[in-house]
Amino acid sequence: MYDAVTLILVLGVVVLLGLATAVAYALRRRVDSGIDPAIVETFWVRIRAWWLLCSVLAGAYLFGHTATVVLFGLISFWALREFITLTPTRPGDHRTLFWVFFVGTPLQFVLVGIGKYWLYSIVIPVYAFLLIPAQIAMSGDPKRFLERSAKIMAGLLICVYCLAYAPALLTLPLPPPGDLADVNPATAASIAGLRLLFFFVLMVQMSDVLQYAWAQLPSKHVIVPAINPNKTWEGLLGGTVSTALLGMTLWWATPFPYWLAAVMSAVISLAGFAGSLTMSAIKRDRGVKDYGTLVEGHGGVLDRIDSLCFAAPVFFHFTLCYLVVIGVVKFAF
Amino acid sequence: MEAKIASAILAMLARFLSGASVRWIDSQPDECQRVYFANHTSHLDAVVIWSALPPAIRQLARPVAAKDYWTAGPIRRYMSRRVFNALLIDRTEIKVHQSPVDLMIREIAHRYSLIVFPEGSRSSGEEIGEFKSGLYYLCKKRPDLECIPVHIDNMNRILPRGEVLPVPLLTRISFGPPLWLERGEPKADFLFRAREAVRNLKEM
Repeated sequence: MYDAVTLILVLGVVVLLGLATAVAYALRRRVDSGIDPAIVETFWVRIRAWWLLCSVLAGAYLFGHTATVVLFGLISFWALREFITLTPTRPGDHRTLFWVFFVGTPLQFVLVGIGKYWLYSIVIPVYAFLLIPAQIAMSGDPKRFLERSAKIMAGLLICVYCLAYAPALLTLPLPPPGDLADVNPATAASIAGLRLLFFFVLMVQMSDVLQYAWAQLPSKHVIVPAINPNKTWEGLLGGTVSTALLGMTLWWATPFPYWLAAVMSAVISLAGFAGSLTMSAIKRDRGVKDYGTLVEGHGGVLDRIDSLCFAAPVFFHFTLCYLVVIGVVKFAF
Repeated sequence: MEAKIASAILAMLARFLSGASVRWIDSQPDECQRVYFANHTSHLDAVVIWSALPPAIRQLARPVAAKDYWTAGPIRRYMSRRVFNALLIDRTEIKVHQSPVDLMIREIAHRYSLIVFPEGSRSSGEEIGEFKSGLYYLCKKRPDLECIPVHIDNMNRILPRGEVLPVPLLTRISFGPPLWLERGEPKADFLFRAREAVRNLKEM
């Protein structure tokens, strides 16, 4: 299943990433480059995270769907760990936390793995969300009850439920890509899924970078200074438009026509913006800059995947809508 | 041999499960004889500190633990005897002529270090309790021992009092600069100083 299109996509990214790494390495070595060392360091940390994501996706390509789902499950688990560590809970929440980590999280990814959309789309927001407050109430500690329930629910929603929609892209019944007409349909569909996941992750990451780059323009109109002083209107608009253009040039790797690839990329960019702004607000409230500073040496996983978490369910549902419109998926109640 | 492998595996597992990040603040790992004293919030504290030490030093560090807890059941007994080489104190039978401090001094000889929890029993985790006087008497009899304050953050949330199942949150272990009992220092002053040393690590 080593098809030319996917290989070009992967190699393109690896070459780009290699170049970026070389540039970052050179910048780090030179003290007098005239660029703010903080920016160089941010860039360096991001590149490391990209290599990691890239290896995750390469692993997915080599070992198939199950491996991808498991890898995303592990990322979720780690992100939830960071989220809950940072969020004050009380001893009464202990048992709830236990099953959230060891039952809720694995279950969500098992359901995604077996591709039961009608189950994985409701298990957390309906059943887990009813069980969490009920069990906290059972613990008999009413202090800040609603706040504690909400924190655990938010953690589970963002880190587990939302992120699970990324590997769920692999389970969509995509039409076989044009270049794989002579391959058997099942293989073609699975390759189409991998390409879609790859396209999605690439667009999220590129939109992060492009928004950051556009925000470096001299004219700065900060959107919400109290939450995140680095997010500007220039960054958001410039980043969204350039992500859309970039997505359009990669339409051949997606099931979409070129204009829709552009729209989808813009949607990813906007959702990603919402995600990282939300996480900034949580971090501000807790008085930390990065989830990574909380635990030195363990890198903030959550810092890297905030935009991915918000964009995944949105992109999934937009794609599902498209499949309904073109008649590949029948919408039935 | 099998105890060595078990101890390497257990240390790795403990580090992974507790997600511990280890900081040495104005302090270095060293093989000299030391007393690591820490705040106590969970049964796993001793294991977590023990696993946070570099392997060579880990072999020399003996956690002081309650006999009734660590001899209940074959797994705990094996771990405390063979893996961490724990120094078990019988809480129900403390006699004057067989005081725990004398036992510790005898057991460590001129080789081992100790991991102790001067609060005695586990605290709720929010405030560090008053230190018991054992640390003072230990230092009085062996003034050459370096006392290293250790702060364990978040462990009370991983395994609070009365719970059996741990939740995999991230902990942080901080080792601070050594302190010694000054000549003629009153007991209360020394214990207060030691407790403050642990508390300060939390904010650093």
